[in-house]
Amino acid sequence: MLSIKNLHARVAGKDILKGLDLEVQAGETHAIMGPNGSGKSTLAHILAGREGYEITHGSVTYLGMELLTMAPEERAREGMFLAFQYPVEIPGVNNVYLLKAAYNAIRKHRGEEQLDAVDFLALVKAKMQLMEMDASLLSRAVNEGFSGGEKKRNEILQMLVLEPKLALLDETDSGLDIDALKVVASGINRLRSPERAVVMVTHYQRLLDYIEPDFVHVLAGGRILKSGDKSLAVELERRGYDWVLAEAAA
Amino acid sequence: MTGMSDAVRPYAEGYKDFESALACGAPPWLTALRREALARFTSGGFPGEREEDWKYTSTRSLQQRAFIPALAASSAAAVAIEPARLRETPACTLVFVDGRHAPALSTAESTINGLHVNTLAAALTHDAARLESYLVPEPGWSADPFIALNTAFLRDGVVIEVDAGIRLAQPLQLLFVSTRQAHPLACHPRILVRLGAGAHGVLVETYLGLEGAANLTNSHTQIALEDGACLEHLRLQRESPEGFHVGRVHVTQQHASRYLSNNLDLGGLWVRNDLHARLQAAEATAVFNGLYVVNAHRHVDNHTRIDHLAPHTRSDELYRGIVGGGRAVFNGKVVVAKHAIKTDASQSNDNLLLSRQAEIDTKPELEIYADDVKCSHGATIGQLDEQALFYLRSRGLDPETARGLLIGAFAVTVLDRISVPELRVFARRQLSHALASQVVIELS
Amino acid sequence: MNETASMSTQTSDVEKLVRSEYRHGFVTDIEADTVAPGLNEDVIRLISGKKHEPQFMLDWRLRAYRHWLTMREPQWAHVRHAPIDYQAISYYSAPKSKRNAPKSLDEVDPKLLETYEKLGVPLHERARLAGVAVDAVFDSVSVATTFREKLAKAGVIFCSFSEAVKSHAQLVEQYLGSVVPYSDNFFATLNSAVFTDGSFVFVPKGVRCPMELSTYFRINAANTGQFERTLIIAEEGAHVSYLEGCTAPMRDENQLHAAVVELVALEGAQIKYSTVQNWYPGDENGVGGIYNFVTKRGDCRGNDSKISWTQVETGSAITWKYPSVLLRGDNSIGEFYSVAVANHHQQADTGTKMVHIGRNTRSTIVSKGISAGHGQNSYRGLVKVLAGAEHARNYTQCDSLLMSDRCGAHTFPYMEVKNPTAKVEHEATTSKISEDQLFYCRSRGISTEDAVNMIVSGFCKDVFKELPMEFAVEAQRLLAVTLEGTVG
Repeated sequence: MLSIKNLHARVAGKDILKGLDLEVQAGETHAIMGPNGSGKSTLAHILAGREGYEITHGSVTYLGMELLTMAPEERAREGMFLAFQYPVEIPGVNNVYLLKAAYNAIRKHRGEEQLDAVDFLALVKAKMQLMEMDASLLSRAVNEGFSGGEKKRNEILQMLVLEPKLALLDETDSGLDIDALKVVASGINRLRSPERAVVMVTHYQRLLDYIEPDFVHVLAGGRILKSGDKSLAVELERRGYDWVLAEAAA
Repeated sequence: MTGMSDAVRPYAEGYKDFESALACGAPPWLTALRREALARFTSGGFPGEREEDWKYTSTRSLQQRAFIPALAASSAAAVAIEPARLRETPACTLVFVDGRHAPALSTAESTINGLHVNTLAAALTHDAARLESYLVPEPGWSADPFIALNTAFLRDGVVIEVDAGIRLAQPLQLLFVSTRQAHPLACHPRILVRLGAGAHGVLVETYLGLEGAANLTNSHTQIALEDGACLEHLRLQRESPEGFHVGRVHVTQQHASRYLSNNLDLGGLWVRNDLHARLQAAEATAVFNGLYVVNAHRHVDNHTRIDHLAPHTRSDELYRGIVGGGRAVFNGKVVVAKHAIKTDASQSNDNLLLSRQAEIDTKPELEIYADDVKCSHGATIGQLDEQALFYLRSRGLDPETARGLLIGAFAVTVLDRISVPELRVFARRQLSHALASQVVIELS
Repeated sequence: MNETASMSTQTSDVEKLVRSEYRHGFVTDIEADTVAPGLNEDVIRLISGKKHEPQFMLDWRLRAYRHWLTMREPQWAHVRHAPIDYQAISYYSAPKSKRNAPKSLDEVDPKLLETYEKLGVPLHERARLAGVAVDAVFDSVSVATTFREKLAKAGVIFCSFSEAVKSHAQLVEQYLGSVVPYSDNFFATLNSAVFTDGSFVFVPKGVRCPMELSTYFRINAANTGQFERTLIIAEEGAHVSYLEGCTAPMRDENQLHAAVVELVALEGAQIKYSTVQNWYPGDENGVGGIYNFVTKRGDCRGNDSKISWTQVETGSAITWKYPSVLLRGDNSIGEFYSVAVANHHQQADTGTKMVHIGRNTRSTIVSKGISAGHGQNSYRGLVKVLAGAEHARNYTQCDSLLMSDRCGAHTFPYMEVKNPTAKVEHEATTSKISEDQLFYCRSRGISTEDAVNMIVSGFCKDVFKELPMEFAVEAQRLLAVTLEGTVG
C-alpha cells in the first residue's frame, strides 16, 4: 500500500530525513517510535503533503501512485488521513460543515452519490457516540476552544466518518488522560480491517497497550534504525532509546 | 459667489432649483438652516488629502461628477428590490427611491403601540417645530462638509421615536434604493432615531443600488438613546458598482444605554462612512461590528470614533476587511476623556489582502486622558492561515473551496456578533450574495 | 491637630519626591565664541567660514536655507508649544580656545574636561569608559574624540563632523543627505543649513568595529540652538554599535535642538544605534527645557543589512522624533525599541517609520510609553509595505503605562500595505500600576518607590535588554530619577 524508499528531506536548509525506508501492506498496523526531534512528525507531514519540506532524494508510492506529486486533497480523496498532533483551530468554520464538505468531496471523487444533510447528520451522530463526544461540539467552529482531549477525539471522529485506507496518527496519544486514551484507541481499533492500514507515530509505548501493532520501528537521526514486533516497544519503554542508537553506531 | 471652487458650484446651482421646487410654506428657520448649511459647504468645499481624516481618501472622483438634486420622484420595480428586503416580518418597511419616499413599495403605517414612524417630509409638514432642535447641527459635528450638504438639501428621510419602556421585538427596515438616471442624482436622506428611557429597538438601514445607478447617496443618521435604551442597528450598504456613498451615523448615549452597530459594506464604487458614538453617561456601552468586502477598483473607507466621556463606559469594536482589489481604508479612534475612569475599550481591525491590485491603509488610534482604564487595540493585515488551508486540504477539500471557506469564516466571525437572530440570517444571506457575485479570490 | 501635622509631613514628603532634581543642570563658566542671534545667509557663510569648509558644503547649506524659507513648521504632532522665534536663536557657539583645534586632550580646556567628568563621561585616558570611544560635542563643536588611534588601526574613521568635512570630504560629499535630503522636513532642512558639528563614522568593508562608539552631546550656552549632524556609514559586512547621550543646563528659556542622523548600511552591514536622551526637561511647572526636534533615518541599502534603533527618551520639554528605516535591500531588517517618558509637563511625540521596499524584509517595533504628572506621550508610527516587498513582515507592540490622572497616552499607528504576501501586525495596550500590584510588593516589605521602579523596569525590560550593558544601567537609573515621586 505504502512504499517509502531512501527518503531524504530537509526543512529550512536542515536535513531531517536521511534515507528512510518503510513498507506498509494493507491490513497492517505499524508503530514508528523514536526520541524527540528524530523526524517522526516530519515524516507524517510529508506523507500528508504539507508544504515547506524539500525532498532531496528518494520516492514514495501509495497504492501504486507517485505520492509526492499529489496535492494534499488528492491524497485525502485517495484514502489517506492524517490525524494531526496539533489539530488546527479554524474560527468561523463549522465543525459539521467541514466534515460534510470533506465527506462529499471524497465520495464525489469515488463517483459515489452525495449524502444529504439529514442522513449525514445521523451518520455523524452515531460515530460521535462511539467517541463519547458531546453533540454540541458539532455546531462549534473546528477545534476552536476544544480541550486537548476534545481535539484528539475530533480527529478520530473525522477518521471514522471518512473511513480512510491509510490512517497516519501523529502523536495521537499526547495530552490524553487514560479514559480519553481508551476511547481514542477503541475508535482506531474499530477502523482496523484487512483493507486498511494504520501508521502510528508515537513517543511512548502507552498507546500500544491499547492498539497492538504488527510492526514497531525506531526512527532516529532521520532513518529507521531498528524494526521488530510489539516486544520491541516494550523493550524501548524499559531501556529507552540510547541502546538502539549505540547499536546502530556500532 | 466669488471664490467658490468649481467642484461646489454645481451644488450651489442645484440648490436654487431645489429651493424653488420645494412646496412653499417651509418655516423660515428651516430655510435659514438650509441656506446656512449650503454657505458652509460652498465656502469650505470638499475635504482634501492634506486633512488627516482624508489622508487616504481622495474626493476627486466625487468632485468630477456633477450630481444634480433629485427633484422629481423616481420609481423602482418591486421585484428589483425584493432581495434587499428583510424576509422575516418587520414591524414596518419604509422604502425610498432616489431619496424620496415610495409609499407603494412601503408597508402600511405601523400600529404598534409606542412606536412612532414618520417620513421626514411628512414630519416637516405637520410637526416641523418639534424637529428644529434635532436638525440644528450639534457642536463639533457642524464642520463636516457632507453633513452641511445633507442639511442644505434636507427634504426627506425618516423620524423614528420609541416611547419610554417600549420593547420592540420586530425590526424596522428602511430601504434606500438608488436607480439608473440619465444624469446622476445626489440624494441626502436624514434619519432621526430617538429611543426613550428603557426602550428597545432593532433598526435595519439598507442602501441598494440598482443596475447602472451611479448616484451619490449622502445619508445622515442621528441616534439618541435615553437612559437604559437599547438599539441594535444593521447598516447594510449594497450600492451598485458605480455608486457613490457617504454615510454619517452619530449616536449619543445616556446612562446604561446600549448601542450595537453592525455595518456591512458590500457595494459601492466610492464609499466613505463615519460612525461616531458618544458615551455621555456612566454604564453606556457601544459595540461596533464592521465588515467590508472590496474588489476591482472600488474604494471603501470606514472611519469610526468612540468618545468615552463618562466613567464606567464600555466599547468593543471589531472591523474586518476582505480586500481582493481596490483600496480599503480603516480608521478607528477611541478617545477616553479625563475623568472617564474605569473605561473598558477594545478595538481590533483585521484585513485579508488577497490581490496585487489591492491596498489597505489602516490606522487604529487611542487617545487617553485618564489613568484607570483598560484599553487595547490591534490591527492585522495578512493572508489566509496556511495551516488551516493545509488542514482543510488534508481532509479532501480543493484549494478553491478551502480558500472560500476560510474567507467566509473570516467574515462570519463579525456577523456572529449580531445579536438578533433574524438579522444574523439576513446579513449572512447578503454576504454570501456579495461573495458569490464578486471575484474576491485571486491567486497570487 | 496631630492628624493635620502628620498629613502635611506626608504631603511634603511626596512633594519632595516629585521635585526630582535634574542632575545635569549645572552651567559651565567658560568663555565662548557665540554669534549674535538671527538667521540669514551671512550667518550660514560665517558658520561655514569658521569651520573652513570646502565650497560644496557651503553650497549645500545655502540650498537648504533657501528651501527652508519656503517651508512651514509642521503642525501634525500631538504637541503644543509657543511659536519659536528662529531669529532669536544663536546658531553658533563654541568654547574659546587658544588654538584652532586641540591636537590632544592636554590642549583641551580643563573646565571642559571637568564638565564631562561631572557628567560621568571622563575623557582622560586613564579614566575612560572601558572599551568605549567617545566624541564629546559641547554646544556647537566637538571638543574631543578618544581612542582615535586604536580605531584607525582597524580602519574605522571616528571623528567630529567638522573634521570629516575637511579630511574625508569625498565620503561626506558622497553620503551627506543621501538618506535625509536637505529638503526632507522643516527641522531637517534647518539643520542642513546651520548644523555646526556632530560625529562621523565610517566602517570599511568587512570590519567589525572593535569597540562601542559614543558621542556625548552637551548644550551649555544660553539662547543657542544645537544643530548637530551625525553620519554613519557601514560598508559591506561591517558592524558598528554607536551610542549617544545628551544633557543640558537648567534654564528658564526653551532651547531648540534639531539634529539629523543618517545611517547607511551596505550589503550585510549592521548598525546598532542607541540613544539615552536626557536633555533638560523643564521644571515641574513646565518652564524651560529643550525642544528636541530630531530627524533620524537609516537606509538598509544593501541586501541582508540590518539597522537597529534603541532609544530611552527621558528628557526634553518636547520630543519630536521618529527614527526610521528604509528597508531597500532584500532580507534587510529594521528594528525600533523605545522607552519614552513624559512627566510633569513634558510632551513626547515619538515613534518610527518602517518602509518595506525589498523582498523578505522584516521589521520589529517595540514602544513603551510612560506618562506621569501632566505629561503627554504619543506613539506615532508608520509601517509601509510597497508593492514589490514580497513576504514583508512587521510586528509592532506598543504599550502605555499611565501614572497619573492628569497625563495622556496616545497611539497613532499607520499601516499602509500594497503587497498581498505581507503580514503586518500591530498590538497596543494601556495599563496603570495597580493598587494590587503595589500592595503586593509592599506586603513583601518593598517600599512604594522601589515597587514602582520594579514595575516600571519590568514594563521597559524588552527595550532595556537591547541596550549595551553600561547604557542599560544608566537608563534604568535615569528612569528611576525621572519618575521619582510619581506614585505617592
